[in-house]
Amino acid sequence: MPLLSLDEVRRIAALARLKLSAEEEQVFQGQLSAILEYVEQLKELDVSGFEPMTHALAAGDVPPLRDDVVRPSLQPEEALANAPAREGTCFKVPRIIE
Amino acid sequence: MSTTARDLLDLSLVDLAGALDAKRVSSREVTDAALGRITATDTRVGAFLTVTAERARAQAEAADARAARGARLGALDGVPIALKDIFLTKGVATTAGSRILEGFVPPYDAAVVERLEAAGAVLLGKLNMDEFAMGSSNENSAYGPCRNPWDLSRTPGGSSGGSAAAVAARQAFGALGTDTGGSIREPAAFCGVVGMKPTYGRVSRYGVIAFASSLDQVGPLARTVGDSAALLQAIAGRDDRDMTSSARPVDDYRAALEGGAKGLRIGVPREWLEAEGLDAGVARRVREALAAYETMGARLVEVSLPHTRYGIAAYYLIAPAEASSNLARYDGVRYGLRKPGARGLKEMYAETRDEGFGAEPKRRIMLGTYALSAGYYDAYYLRAQKVRTLLRRDFDRAFEACDVVAGPVAPTVAFRLGEKASDPLAMYLADVFTVTCNLAALPGLSLPCGLHPTEAMPVGLQLLGRPFDEVTLFRAGRALERELPPLPRPPGIEP
Repeated sequence: MPLLSLDEVRRIAALARLKLSAEEEQVFQGQLSAILEYVEQLKELDVSGFEPMTHALAAGDVPPLRDDVVRPSLQPEEALANAPAREGTCFKVPRIIE
Repeated sequence: MSTTARDLLDLSLVDLAGALDAKRVSSREVTDAALGRITATDTRVGAFLTVTAERARAQAEAADARAARGARLGALDGVPIALKDIFLTKGVATTAGSRILEGFVPPYDAAVVERLEAAGAVLLGKLNMDEFAMGSSNENSAYGPCRNPWDLSRTPGGSSGGSAAAVAARQAFGALGTDTGGSIREPAAFCGVVGMKPTYGRVSRYGVIAFASSLDQVGPLARTVGDSAALLQAIAGRDDRDMTSSARPVDDYRAALEGGAKGLRIGVPREWLEAEGLDAGVARRVREALAAYETMGARLVEVSLPHTRYGIAAYYLIAPAEASSNLARYDGVRYGLRKPGARGLKEMYAETRDEGFGAEPKRRIMLGTYALSAGYYDAYYLRAQKVRTLLRRDFDRAFEACDVVAGPVAPTVAFRLGEKASDPLAMYLADVFTVTCNLAALPGLSLPCGLHPTEAMPVGLQLLGRPFDEVTLFRAGRALERELPPLPRPPGIEP
C-alpha cells in the first residue's frame, strides 16, 4: 500500500492549484509515498525540548528594520510590462465569480 | 582558436586582473576571446541560456576606457563573468530554467548584479540551471541539459550546472550561482572548480528568484580559491532590501589567503568517511587531502556529527515546504506564462501551473503543500525544523574542537546523464554531505582534490566553517590548492 492514496494526491494538487493529468497523479502517488516513507526516519529522534530553528541568522545578526520612509519603487508601466493581459494600469484576469 | 586567445582564457581571474592592470591585454580582447570560446564550445556543453554579446562588448570597452585613464575600479574591472539564470537582470530575459518564466524580462537588477556592474565586471550572459534550482544534475532545466566539460556523457551537477561548466570550459573567468542544499558546491566538485557557499545572510538575496528562503544563498564559482575570494569580496555585505542580509562588516578575504595551514585544526567527522554509498575512489582522494593538511602542519581532529544521516529527510521537508509557498506567485497574472482559454480564474491558475512547471517543481510543490497542510504541520515541518536545531548543535560542538570541518562534497564523481533521472529519491541522496551546511546556516567551500583514481573525473573536498568565518575556509582552501598539482584542462571539449 502506498502511503498516499490517489484521493490524497488529488486533494494536495487542488490545494497547490495544480491540474495534474491522470498519469501524473499515478506517478506522484508512488514517488511522494516513497519520499514520505524515507522522511519517516525523523520520528526516531526525540526532539521534545528543542526549539525549532525558524531563522537562519543568530539573534545578533538580525539587522534592525529600516526607517519607514517613502522610497522610489517600480513604476506602473514597469510593473505591468510582463503582464500576460492588462487593461489600463490593471492586470486583467479571467472571470472570478463562476 | 589562436594560441593567444586560448592562453588568455587559461589565466585565473586574479592573473587576468593583473594583466589588465599592466595593460598587457585589453578587456575587449579577453571578452572577444570568451565570446569566441562560447561560440566554439557551447553547442556541446550547453552552459548558456542567453549570451549578451553586444552588451558585454560595450561593458568591455567602457572598462578599457577606464583603464586608459588610469581609473580601473578594482580586481573585477573588465573581467568576463557569467550569471546563473536565477538572478534578475534588468532588460535581459531571466527564466530560472523554467517554462513558466519564458519571455520574462525583469524590470530591475538583483543586488549582486548591481554590485558586479559597479565593480566593472563584463557580464557575458545567463547560465543553465535546474528548474527553480531544484536538482543535482541540471537535467531538470526546461531548456535542455548542460553537459560536463570533463566528459560530455556526464552531468555537470546542479543546480548551478551551467555556472560550473562555463567556468571549467574556460568560457568565463567566474560565475555566480546559488546554493540551497549544495547547488554551488556539488557542481563545482563535479566540474573541477572552486565553489563557495557563504554563510546565510552574507550576500543579499534581493532579486534572486526564491526557492527555499531560509536556505538560499548566493556565491561564486571560479577556477581558483583566490578568484573565488575576489568575487565574494565584490558581492558580500549588507543590503537593506534583504531583511536577512547581515550587517556584520565584510572581512578582507584576499588578505587572509596565504596564511597557510600550519596550526589549523581540521575536524574529520567520523560519520562522513564511513557513510554508506561513499565511493572508495572519492574517499581515497579525500583522505589524501587530509594527509596533505597534516604534512602542512595542520592537526586532524576526529569530530562527530551524529545527526548527519537525518539531514536529507529534514532538508526534503523544509525546502519543499518553503518552495511551495515561494512558487505560489507563478499564477499567470503578473508575469510569465498564462495558459489561454480558461473559463475562470481558478482554472487559469491550475492549467497555467500544470503547463508551466516541470516534474521536479511540481513534485516539490506537492510535497511541501502536504507537509504544511492541516494535520501534518507538526509531524513534518515543525519536526524538521527541530532537527535543524540538532544539526546546528552538532556543528557548534564540533567547532569547539576544530576550526574547519573537512570531508567529501558528493558521494561519487559526476554521474551520467539519465542515470538517476527517473528516481527522485536516489537523486536526493546525492546531497547527503551538502545539505547540513545549509540547514545549519554555515559557510562551505568546495575545491578540487585530484582526479578519481579510475574514472578520471574531478573529486571535490568540502570545507565547512563557523558562521561568517569564510576567511578560514579561503585560507585552508588556498593552502591545499598550493600543495596539490593543478588539474589539467577538461578533456571533454578538446581541442
